Amino acid sequence: MIKYVTRRLLVAIPTIFITISIIFFSLRILPGDPALAILGENASEEALQNLREQLGLNLPVWQQYIHYIGDLLRGDLGESISSGTPVIQMIQENFGSTIILSIASIMLGCLIGIPVGILSALRPNSWIDNFVRFISMIWVSVPPFLLGILLILAFSLKLNLFPSMGAGEGIWGTIHHMILPTFTLGLILSGVMMRFARASMLEEINQDYIRTAKAKGIPINVVIFKHALRNSLIPVITVIGIDITALISGAVITETIFSRPGLGSLAVGAIMTRDFAILQGCLVLFAVLVIIVNLLVDISYSIVNPKIKQS
Amino acid sequence: MSEPVLKETVSTPVSEAMKEQKPPKKRHKHAEWTAFKKSRLGMFGLVILVIMSFIAIAAQFLMPYDPLAQDVANRAQGMTADHWLGTDPLGRDILSRVILGSQTSLFVGFVSVAISTIAGGFIGMLAAYKGGWLDDILMRILESIMMIPLLLFGLMIIVALGSSTTTLIMVISIGLMPGVARMARGSALEVKEKEYIKAAISLGGGNLRIIMRHIFPNILGPLLVISTLHMSSAIRIEASLSFLGVGVQPPTPTWGNMIQEGFQYITSTPGLIIFPGLALLIVSISFNVMGDAIRDAFDPHIKHQRK
Repeated sequence: MIKYVTRRLLVAIPTIFITISIIFFSLRILPGDPALAILGENASEEALQNLREQLGLNLPVWQQYIHYIGDLLRGDLGESISSGTPVIQMIQENFGSTIILSIASIMLGCLIGIPVGILSALRPNSWIDNFVRFISMIWVSVPPFLLGILLILAFSLKLNLFPSMGAGEGIWGTIHHMILPTFTLGLILSGVMMRFARASMLEEINQDYIRTAKAKGIPINVVIFKHALRNSLIPVITVIGIDITALISGAVITETIFSRPGLGSLAVGAIMTRDFAILQGCLVLFAVLVIIVNLLVDISYSIVNPKIKQS
Repeated sequence: MSEPVLKETVSTPVSEAMKEQKPPKKRHKHAEWTAFKKSRLGMFGLVILVIMSFIAIAAQFLMPYDPLAQDVANRAQGMTADHWLGTDPLGRDILSRVILGSQTSLFVGFVSVAISTIAGGFIGMLAAYKGGWLDDILMRILESIMMIPLLLFGLMIIVALGSSTTTLIMVISIGLMPGVARMARGSALEVKEKEYIKAAISLGGGNLRIIMRHIFPNILGPLLVISTLHMSSAIRIEASLSFLGVGVQPPTPTWGNMIQEGFQYITSTPGLIIFPGLALLIVSISFNVMGDAIRDAFDPHIKHQRK
């Protein structure tokens, strides 16, 4: 066990390193000029040159890269171009809100997706199954921004049940404000969960040991809930690892739509000021977060599924 | 007049010989298509997409109004006989804009998926075929790209480098490529162990030739599945970025930037959200159901499970 975890940790370190390098080099390799993008087409050559010096873009790429990696190792994500505030500070102020929304959405997604997916697998090709497959197809196909706006249109403007913007005050106010954003992300995640739980359960039900258990005369409910369910739930954990990048992208756009404070609003706010330093900082943080989540998912998967360790 | 007669008499034995051989081969070759046709949802998706592609290609002829022309007298109207889907707050015809938007969305989606499928497919096959350190390095890099949330990556790149359709397409292609490469690698690894690949190698076939002539045709099925599913993702990402104002720039309409305009005037013109949103959702669902149906058609294992 310890051996597996150490090995997995050692693999994660180069992955983090390569990922942050990709983020750096993609900004340098792809065509375009940050200084020109910030100052606009009409900027004078002198102003452009000044800004390039200020951003350190006039240095050779390898020097920029060493500065960048060195700063990251010291936990420095750079400064905002427009305000000069350290990006890490801006992220700290907004981090909690995004994490709470993401965790609430994952929980809602599991709560809806897993039972419905299993129900659907128990009656393959019945009308319930077809209905579930249809619904899950809608949830996996709808972009979060569209679902969020449609929920606002229906539940805030037409029915006037939930607020459409802000974070709210007090416990009830906060929960009340969180319901629509959580459903936006949670429903989309539940679609993925339904499909995965269904496939996983179907595969398990067709296994030989289930047939043996049934043949031995064990009641069907016991077979399903004690034997099949337990084994079929294990792979569903991995969905969280697979889907975490989509969830983060979804959280960014959902926060924007509901005008909630958070990393998404921070990132989208940076579009107006062309402040790519903030975006780069957020991206580095999210990428590291994704790698850590995947690491945790892999480790917990290996704990519940001992078969993995040998490979 | 004598020519057709001559042709017929000459070709008869040949065509008869072909007839004897062809049916079993033909049935085998189109087994996937036959399986696909049985999926009602898949066919439904295909029909919708054929219609949508036609609309996108012929957009310039189908639009009832100039999508950029502002008609201040008739602005922010609901559905009327003149403007079937109403007008936006600048008095532009929503139907015309949704039609032209389909062109932009499908074009960006198609080009990004084409680039990512070709590049990813080739990288995946190369990694599987060569193996060793090349495989390790390529896979580690692709895995790292997968750790980057695509929407934020797109935001950063476009904010830093300026927005253009080319940049948009490149960002989406980079984001989708690792998925294709991993899948192509997995399928190619299976194919690589087959006898005919070993035979081709021992006959002295060049690497590129073996990859293109022997491995590539055998992973076409999985590539088709993933590119269909990726069309749905690409169109959604384009719409999301355009919604955030960093994708396709106004006044060129796309479904994403139309919905953004609609969101600003959510109380007065909900139609500006609903109609482009509906178009986006229908196309996205169609690609997904079609992708699923193609996957089932290519994978007898899943079909067996369904029954």
